[in-house]
Amino acid sequence: MITEEEVEHVGWLARIEIDRSKSKEYAEQLNSVLDYFKQLDEVDTEGVEPTYHVEDLVNVLRPDTVTESLTQEEALQNTEHKKDGYFRAPGIM
Amino acid sequence: MAYNNPDGVMIGLEIHVQLNRLKTKMFCGCSTQYHNSQPNTHVCPVCMGLPGALPVINEGAVEASMKVGLALNCEVTDRTQFHRKNYYYPDLPKGYQVSQYDYPIVSNGKVVIEGEDGELVVRIRRAHMEEDPGKMVHMGTIDKSRGTLIDYNRSGMALLEIVTEPDLRSPKEARRFLDKLRNILEYLDVFDSNLEGSMRVDANISIGGGSRTEVKNISSHKGAERALIYEIMRQKNLLRRGGVVTMETRHFDEARGVTTSMRTKEEEHDYRYFPEPDLVPLKVKDRTSRLLDTLPELPDARRDRFVSQYGVPEMHAKALTSDIKVADFYEMVAEKVDPKVAATWVADVLKGELNYRDLTVKSFNVEDMVKIIQMVIDDRITDRSGVEVIRTMLDSGGIPMDIVQQKGLMKAEDSVVSSAVDEAIKENAAAVEDYMQGKEQSMNFLVGQVMKKTRGRADPQTVREMIISRIK
Amino acid sequence: MPEWINISGIREKITDTSAEEVTLSHIDKIRNSRTYGFSAINEKAVEQAKEIDSRKTDSPLAGVPIAIKDNISTLGIPTTCSSKILEGYVPPYNAHVIERLVDAGAVILGKTKMDEFAMGSSTETCCEGPALNPWDTERVAGGSSGGSAAAVASGEAPVALGSDTGGSVRSPASFCGIVALKPTYGTVSRYGLIAYANSLEQIGPMGTCVKDVATVMDVIAGHDPRDSTSIKKDMNYSKSIEKDINGMKIGIPEEYLSDGINPEVQKCVWDAIHKMEDLGATWKSVSLPHTKYALSSYYIIAMSEASSNLARFDGTRYGLRAEGENWHVMASRTRAEGFGDEVKRRILLGTYALSAGYHDKYYLKALKVRTLVKGDFDRALSETDVLMGPTMPDIAFKLGEKIKDPLSLYLTDVNTVPVNLAGVPSISVPCGFADKMPVGLQIIGRHFDEESILRAAYSFEQNTDHHKKRPEGVR
Ligand SMILES: [Mg+2]
Ligand SMILES: [Zn+2]
Repeated sequence: MITEEEVEHVGWLARIEIDRSKSKEYAEQLNSVLDYFKQLDEVDTEGVEPTYHVEDLVNVLRPDTVTESLTQEEALQNTEHKKDGYFRAPGIM
Repeated sequence: MAYNNPDGVMIGLEIHVQLNRLKTKMFCGCSTQYHNSQPNTHVCPVCMGLPGALPVINEGAVEASMKVGLALNCEVTDRTQFHRKNYYYPDLPKGYQVSQYDYPIVSNGKVVIEGEDGELVVRIRRAHMEEDPGKMVHMGTIDKSRGTLIDYNRSGMALLEIVTEPDLRSPKEARRFLDKLRNILEYLDVFDSNLEGSMRVDANISIGGGSRTEVKNISSHKGAERALIYEIMRQKNLLRRGGVVTMETRHFDEARGVTTSMRTKEEEHDYRYFPEPDLVPLKVKDRTSRLLDTLPELPDARRDRFVSQYGVPEMHAKALTSDIKVADFYEMVAEKVDPKVAATWVADVLKGELNYRDLTVKSFNVEDMVKIIQMVIDDRITDRSGVEVIRTMLDSGGIPMDIVQQKGLMKAEDSVVSSAVDEAIKENAAAVEDYMQGKEQSMNFLVGQVMKKTRGRADPQTVREMIISRIK
Repeated sequence: MPEWINISGIREKITDTSAEEVTLSHIDKIRNSRTYGFSAINEKAVEQAKEIDSRKTDSPLAGVPIAIKDNISTLGIPTTCSSKILEGYVPPYNAHVIERLVDAGAVILGKTKMDEFAMGSSTETCCEGPALNPWDTERVAGGSSGGSAAAVASGEAPVALGSDTGGSVRSPASFCGIVALKPTYGTVSRYGLIAYANSLEQIGPMGTCVKDVATVMDVIAGHDPRDSTSIKKDMNYSKSIEKDINGMKIGIPEEYLSDGINPEVQKCVWDAIHKMEDLGATWKSVSLPHTKYALSSYYIIAMSEASSNLARFDGTRYGLRAEGENWHVMASRTRAEGFGDEVKRRILLGTYALSAGYHDKYYLKALKVRTLVKGDFDRALSETDVLMGPTMPDIAFKLGEKIKDPLSLYLTDVNTVPVNLAGVPSISVPCGFADKMPVGLQIIGRHFDEESILRAAYSFEQNTDHHKKRPEGVR
């Protein structure tokens, strides 16, 4: 069971502002899905390795050779929040 | 004498080393040569975290990391992989850092440094590869900022994070460890310490078996020593007043030389590590023996060789090899002139003058050094003049012969000195008499007279000896 | 009137008229669409077509218009994943598949609607409203590649690209009566595909017939050094469809024809199996015992990966930016305003599943179950050549019917998600109608054995008439 408080904490971890008045509704929705996921508890996975990749690839590497970068204009083309070639954002604190 | 560590200090370091001698970044082909460039000009969809872009591991970074591990006597992990470390920060363009978690590329190494009481073995817990975030410029101070400007040129630079066990017992040992590490990294040619932000240190410190604090944001070796001295003092004062040290992260304010608590909400981390699905595992242990073969001679080995090959004293050998550029410089000089004399000139004189001016050995060239030493060996200039030539060259440039000539530093012919001595004795009978009566200063006067006559080209010690032998 | 016209038909038309004319006529159809599959038309499409005309190229897709799902990056054309948070974002680069298509002479018609960030099975979470099903515009087109399917089935594009994370090309293909292939994981480069769940998804072709899907595969598949999960393998997909299916061994997973499946859909699938038998194939029942758990495993993995993939949308470098007194507040508000409800739910669930204390219970457990699901396929496909079953348990549902209850929507993916967990290839091909709505037959193959499933699908298509039916108003 995920509590309203946990929903707010997870909201903070995920940087999604959750309106206090909505945390109950979120908790209910998330719990109905988590409830469904509980069925996995039935599965015996003792000694089963997790599958992160379906392929058995290893050592995919690229040589240390330079390729073309974007221009400053291209790098900044998708924002209006810029100054002197930098991205501009609110302060951190 | 054994060091008894009166405060029970335990220091462990986490050092982020930028593998800035690589040509490209960790996961993309952007050039690493951004240091003198406009912001956001060394970026691509990958290192800017644009939607849809995918990372590919730089083989050079993998091998450089392995080389460092091998030089630090580490084991290479059989199968290693990258994880995502999830957290939000403006300089982190994907909202996660691609790093390594439970399978770092190398682990379990050691480095021997000169500790408080002789050799100290510092254990290396692990070293893992990761990517550097971008760089933020605060408009105003960090806490009262009107905004942040972000440049992603640094984003994606290959980092190796080296983690030690808490084996260091004083700020001085921590600094020595960092110096030694830097030296090894430069010998390996994976790292240039002169570039801004090339090595960043976090230090864990506890005293008397208490809780440890982590000091972040240390950007120099001197800074590390200062931060640790401050933090030990702070913890001791706290305990003396009956307080307890709590486990926390502290920020080092380089300008003020103090550490401050950083317990904000942003610091409550839950990194939610999971394997990076866009990358596949690495199995590179089989490259170990090939890489071992390519490993260059490291500082300790080179120091021993200098002692045996050139017959220089241990102390000089250490000083010469503690910086690869100085060691290379010395060996080139030693090829042309007597290695023992060269060792004194490079280790004592040149290094001292460079340090005094905050310069590196790059500011001097081998041929000039050889010429100066040769002149001293041939007795054409005095040691003092040799030093003066070096100083002049460092301060205002020029070539050795010109400086010697312009400053009239060439030693006078012996006959000229000899007749000047005779003249001085003849012309200053009273002074000679005074000296004979035991008045030491009179000798200085007489030597001064000879120096005047030879326009300073004589060696004062020799002149003194000549006068004494003639008046006795 | 819009018409279904395949690639060879298009090429004939171009010979008779020009690529420019063909492109213009498609743009005209898009402008008069009654299914709203497109979110943007490529302003340079006509220019591209003219250029093809001037080059007189013989490339396999010369002048062929193609629709692109809006999570595939297109240089200079807005790419928004149907999300408000990416409003106005224009990629400064092309996805690998777009480079390949352009090199092959294809004309990028425009971008198609999808469930926001591919999170959905009905295209109803698209921020601009849903794409509609051309067979019944009160029904969903399926999802998440619903816009691409609607575009193809409405005759507005002969072929399209979608992406399939848990059934996202097969679901809409099944609902809209067209063909779509989910390739083996690693076959088509994901470079430029805006990630939802990296370890599960592949870009896949969609079209009105099997041959077109194979032709597009020939262009977009192949190794790309920019995608570390891309495999080096040379394949000729169009050639692989030529052989017949005499002697092919078909497995019918019992779990795919269980009680929960609409009986009319079941009937269509059984008819298809019998047709295959007539064509010389044999079949037998097989079991994929962990199917029941695949859905949970799939959603946990997808949500976990998504929670990390979507972290980059923080308002700093592109897309929407909200106000906020500091960066963290700005980012939190940007994401609260920019993401729709379903996306937020999945990010929260994924964050929760990876967080301290829950990682092993959810995320790690799901990956272990994934191993078991994959093992089911390995076993079943070691004694058969392909597996067959219904793509979707039911026909396209009514708009608004399931969107209020997320779980009921997740359940519609029950037959498609196991394929993505295992990474095997799968194709959906029309196999009849239930309640006047198309039904899709899913054919699943071994890793890198697209040849068998394409061949089976082609034989079936060529010997049945289902693909000849058209939605009303389409020729
Ligand atoms: Mg780190
Ligand atoms: Zn880059």
